Amino acid sequence: MIKFELNGRQISVDADPDMPLLWAIRDEIGLTGTKFGCGIGACGACTVHIDGTATRSCITYLADVEGLSVTTIEGLDEEGKHPVQEAWRNLRVPQCGYCQSGQIMQAASLLQDMPNPSDEDIDAVMTGNLCRCMTYPRIRQAVRDAATAMGGSDNG
Amino acid sequence: MANLMSRLKGSDAQPQMTRRGFLVSMTAAGVAFGFPQASNAAMNPAVPDGTPIAPNGQPFEPSMWYWIDAEGQVNVNIIRAEMGQHVGTAIARILADELEVAWENVHITHVDTAEKWGLMVTGGSWSIWQSWPVYRQAGAAGRTALIEAAAAKWGVDASGLTARDGAVTDGTQSISYGDLVAEGLDRSFTEDELAALPLKPHADLRLVGQDVHPLDLDTKTTGQAIYGLDAKVDGMVYGVPMLPPTRYGSKVNSVDDSAAKEVKGYLETVVLDDPSGTVPGWVVVLGKTLHAARMATYEISVDWTAGETADVSEDDIQARSRELIASDAGSILHTEQPETSAVFDAATETLEAEYTTQSVLHFQMEPVNATVFQNADGIWETHAGNQWQSLILPTLSTALEVPADKIVMRSYMLGGGFGRRLNGDYIVPAALASKAVGKPVKLVFSREEDAQFDSIRSPSVQKLRMAFDDAKAVTGMEHHAAAGWPTQVMTPGFMPKGVNEEPYDPFAIDGADHWYTVGAHRVRAISNDLANATFRPGWLRSVGPGWTNFAVESFMDEAAHKIGADPLQFRLDHLKAEGINAGSAPNAVGGASRQAAVLQRVAEMSGYGKTDLPEGTAIGIATTFGQSRTMPTWTAAAVKLAVDAETGEVAVEKMWLAFDCGTVVDPDGARAQCEGAALWGLSMALHEGTRIEDGKVIDLNLGSYTPLRMVDVPDVEVAFVESTEVPVGLGEPGTTVIAPAIANAIFNATGARVRHLPITPDAILAAKDS
Repeated sequence: MIKFELNGRQISVDADPDMPLLWAIRDEIGLTGTKFGCGIGACGACTVHIDGTATRSCITYLADVEGLSVTTIEGLDEEGKHPVQEAWRNLRVPQCGYCQSGQIMQAASLLQDMPNPSDEDIDAVMTGNLCRCMTYPRIRQAVRDAATAMGGSDNG
Repeated sequence: MANLMSRLKGSDAQPQMTRRGFLVSMTAAGVAFGFPQASNAAMNPAVPDGTPIAPNGQPFEPSMWYWIDAEGQVNVNIIRAEMGQHVGTAIARILADELEVAWENVHITHVDTAEKWGLMVTGGSWSIWQSWPVYRQAGAAGRTALIEAAAAKWGVDASGLTARDGAVTDGTQSISYGDLVAEGLDRSFTEDELAALPLKPHADLRLVGQDVHPLDLDTKTTGQAIYGLDAKVDGMVYGVPMLPPTRYGSKVNSVDDSAAKEVKGYLETVVLDDPSGTVPGWVVVLGKTLHAARMATYEISVDWTAGETADVSEDDIQARSRELIASDAGSILHTEQPETSAVFDAATETLEAEYTTQSVLHFQMEPVNATVFQNADGIWETHAGNQWQSLILPTLSTALEVPADKIVMRSYMLGGGFGRRLNGDYIVPAALASKAVGKPVKLVFSREEDAQFDSIRSPSVQKLRMAFDDAKAVTGMEHHAAAGWPTQVMTPGFMPKGVNEEPYDPFAIDGADHWYTVGAHRVRAISNDLANATFRPGWLRSVGPGWTNFAVESFMDEAAHKIGADPLQFRLDHLKAEGINAGSAPNAVGGASRQAAVLQRVAEMSGYGKTDLPEGTAIGIATTFGQSRTMPTWTAAAVKLAVDAETGEVAVEKMWLAFDCGTVVDPDGARAQCEGAALWGLSMALHEGTRIEDGKVIDLNLGSYTPLRMVDVPDVEVAFVESTEVPVGLGEPGTTVIAPAIANAIFNATGARVRHLPITPDAILAAKDS
């Protein structure tokens, strides 16, 4: 049994400790908003927060989160109204949408660490998240908009 | 719609209403921890559990495409796959506009497969173009029936009534559609009546061309959208494939899973027996969890005898293309004057160049996967994202050895289509494994397996020639293109015949039959048999136009420079709306003149030709007609870039695109599609490309395959020509213009002419030196 906090609740999962956290979240716990893209931590579709830090769940073992706090897209905001999510909807960022859980989790983490990111900061952080629909121009603008909404100065 | 009448069937009888009965949506752990349950259906992407709305009372079903209920709610049936184009929203608004209902009452259902829907395919940028007349007519039929019902009720002439926002009025009294439906409607139309139904004039369109929030969008920001990978079925086991050494012809000699039996959760290994020949030599490893199945594969050894293509390389395939181009092989397309030998014999000067492109992966974000099982009614259900249900259903029927009507394909959101999921071959091994073990099987490919099994964009070789007379006027052109042919391999019946009666794959040659008037014009399409045998060629975002236009538009630049003409003016001089290029109704009104107009538009937008750019920086242009002559999307691009003189590195600074796609149905969606397509074009021009070695692609994951990322994304400016013409496709055309515009810009910046995709810094430096 691996015990950790998931989206604010204490849980325990009876699974192979070597199972990637991604599959534990998706298949054992049943929260499928976190996606599988590459399995080597290089596309960002599986991004979750572990103790507040954006982390690739496909290369994180289940055992690694024992006692830690994990947040998935489902737990980012109870009503799905995190400023990043609002910005994503306002700009209509998603196309196929498959990478967007990871993009949003990465962006939320970025704005927590850097409330007032420069365009270079946004590019440097978000470049780790692949989007095959190429929604990049809108992701870039949505991060700026969310920063503004969250109280960072307008840097757009 | 042969019998367009109200069908007041009980909704319970409709298969989609009972669908959820087949499914169990929760895992044990999910129940234990009380988490919100993920759903298994993506029929209605507007809601988290994917469940279509149910009608209140007996709905009025003016055609199979939709119903209206007693509350005035409208449910529109969508046969297209949602893969990022917000297609259901666009189609529903076309219908709702003609029907005259308020948008907030409109819902969509992505339907399961059924014969009544006809051809189910989402590709070729066809969806809006094909749906436009059908759904408009369907909407007009409902509006007409409801107005007639109100007229009968009031005892007045229908011609004095109007419909708006889901209600009929005569100017003084008004009745809602819902109330009319509640009173019962029975109206049928003959085919002739249907064809004669008045459609709204363009100026009265209230939803088409306006801003509408996509119905599928919000669930894609909360993790609630449901993709194939999210499918769950009670009692399912997980499978992962072990791929044979070659795409075809490999045989399994033996499997040793003795070591795997130590892996907790490992179940068994199945050697697939595939009567359809789709996945020969495949082995599927099953586990209680995906992790268990994956871990077991590391402990299982399979001995294969490889097929004949085990040693084939990309170089071999390209050499075969050159060999075929040098022969008489191939199909000659129906151009105005396909015989060119006389003009080349008489030419004062000729120009010849060879263009090549490398293999390209789809690398859609969601690796292919499928969940398949036989339900309690004996029907085989497939749960997977798919773009061409009508193509794979007969194959599944052969594989499972059951009639096609015993198989139903459920709808899911696609974690990227781009043509990969036109080829549903990835569903076959899941079906065979499920049949073999008698349980639901969820087969999930790793990224590496997805890449190895991809239906790649074939490498290509093209030879282009142009003849000039003594006044430097163009008198003839030839285009010989050889590549793997997806349509030949997967659905040869789709291939038309050329003037020499030889069939050709239009998707592998479209673009070469351009709208320039060049005198004699010979276009020869050649199927590379070695490519077809080594891998399964795929339709990849724009398919052939992704390489044919690289050649045509690079070559037009080269031709202009050869005779000392300005590349912009040279193109405009040859885009004449005359002869075969005059265009015709309904799809190509205006012909080449509309292509000339978008080209001029991007020239103005970009300031093409300006001379105050820094050393090493330049703008290049290109223009295409999107996907095909039968559905031209007039497209042009200008790309501004800088080339580092020392390293040859290219930094793309800005891309301008202009489109004339006729009526723009969904303005924001159109912009999104064009931005995405243009950036795909950039990605394939500079960042992607793989190679076949030992019968397989060598790049399997992001360690070596490097698609475009945020840091390399330039500003993209997109303009649309205002038009009331037939709406044509936008998913792919933006892809077709970028590579040649980049190659032309590199030439303008450095004098280096690059004729191979992807373009590398080394190739630029080498071309500069030569």
